[in-house]
Amino acid sequence: MKVLVPVKRVVDANVKVRVKADNTSVDTANLKMALNPFCEIAVEEAVRLKEAGSATEVVVVSIGGKAVQEQLRTALALGADRAIHIETDESLVPLSIAKLLKAVQDKEQADLVIFGKQSIDGDNNQTGQMFAALMDMPQATFASEIKLEANGLQVTREIDGGMQTLQLSLPAVVTADLRLNEPRYASLPNIMKAKRKPLDIFTVADLGVTLKSHQTIVKVTPPAERKAGIMVASVTELVEKLKNEAKVI
Amino acid sequence: MAILVLAEHDNSALKLDTAKIVTAARAIGDEVHVLVAGHQCDAVVKAAQVLQGVSQVLVADASAYQAHLAENFAKLLVDLAPSYGHILASASSLGKDTLPRVAALLDVAQISEVIAVVSADTFVRPIYAGNALETLQSLDAIKVMTVRASAFDAVSEGNNAAVTTLDKVFEAKTQFVSQSLTVSERPELGNAGIIVSGGRGMGSGENFGMLEQLADKLGAAVGASRAAVDAGFVSNDLQVGQTGKIVAPNLYIAVGISGAIQHLAGMKDAKVIVAINKDPEAPIFQVADYGLVADLFEAVPELISSLG
Repeated sequence: MKVLVPVKRVVDANVKVRVKADNTSVDTANLKMALNPFCEIAVEEAVRLKEAGSATEVVVVSIGGKAVQEQLRTALALGADRAIHIETDESLVPLSIAKLLKAVQDKEQADLVIFGKQSIDGDNNQTGQMFAALMDMPQATFASEIKLEANGLQVTREIDGGMQTLQLSLPAVVTADLRLNEPRYASLPNIMKAKRKPLDIFTVADLGVTLKSHQTIVKVTPPAERKAGIMVASVTELVEKLKNEAKVI
Repeated sequence: MAILVLAEHDNSALKLDTAKIVTAARAIGDEVHVLVAGHQCDAVVKAAQVLQGVSQVLVADASAYQAHLAENFAKLLVDLAPSYGHILASASSLGKDTLPRVAALLDVAQISEVIAVVSADTFVRPIYAGNALETLQSLDAIKVMTVRASAFDAVSEGNNAAVTTLDKVFEAKTQFVSQSLTVSERPELGNAGIIVSGGRGMGSGENFGMLEQLADKLGAAVGASRAAVDAGFVSNDLQVGQTGKIVAPNLYIAVGISGAIQHLAGMKDAKVIVAINKDPEAPIFQVADYGLVADLFEAVPELISSLG
């Protein structure tokens, strides 16, 4: 079984971003970048499937400028076998990403495609589902457990109000939620080994995909700041403030 | 062109989210239809009919729709799409699961977590865990969007919209196996006026009992930070944050929560925020209206008893 894992380079989860003064975008210059946390979980799950003998090959793919190769190397250090870089400097909407990934899948013919459920920059939570639609594959989003069975995949997913278990036939799409696994740290020998693993580069034109323009960004603004609150000295004072000042209890 | 809203329900009751999404739809245009897809959901249909501003309720009732699967829900919505300029759903687990599939099949972008409608083609949505707001103008013929329910008030009731039954049934390859939903007497997190939320500082799942007592005194829902869920104190459906529930109650009481960026993303639109934490340096105090530096194991019982 071949597993394909699309991954994204994002601003590190611990960095608080700022909006540019001209309100055109978020300023990401010189910020610490990382593999999107949900993508990291997706890679870990694929690697575990390989370690368990269920998967034969784990291929990671990322779309973006040259710099995304850094995150592809991270994924290779975590245990992926091979990487694909689709090089573009354009900022693409999830539908365009899904179309490019479809072109990759048409070549790779993976049996299982594991995505992170969302990237922590755009917060869209769309790409896996869109890819599944374009491929006409079944999907299990927000997965917290994956069990490979003789007749397919059983996936437990986190839904509003609880958990749901679905049975999918392969090929299928799964998007990883936080509690699917705890990703490992890459060891130094594996980081060194990752440098020698294959990484193929394609352009959008190589893949024969034509992309459309779907939206224009009018502006990007900072959210309203909460005004500074006060510290209370006791529970009694807190209750008094909530009753008489805020009037919320 | 009319606007189609996908109803949020469990086959027996309509969720309040839908009445809030109808408000967002009304900000876009006048003709709003609601699609109720499910199985044996007559009560849901009736509840959708009474929502003010809804002119038609479309009903797709079939066993294939029992489990609310994205795969065939998407096909159903795509089949209806040519009559609509906008397709809206709550940014719930159902909406997030389904609408990207709809958009991809229609070859249009999807707009996630809309918090404000500027015009029929221009919307505001948070990015980077709410640290920036993006205003975007859609160039697509059909706008497919999930809407953050907590950003809109619910429409009132008292209407009697016409019902249209849809006969065409779409099947899914995905098979439903089982579901376990948390049963609680307390209000739902997404719609609660008051939320009492616990973090890693609670120390154990048993200690959440204290927060439940406090919640019951206040008629509140109980929430949790990701740290508390990851530690196994409580179940995942209680998680408030960037990737959990996004809430905007009148009062949010954060107990033993440090205030990580991803948690703040889920609750910073609350009207009043209270933080109780023994660490005076905890970032949660920067967004709190009322902060109390105290040992929560003393402060919470005292709070419970002082509420009588």
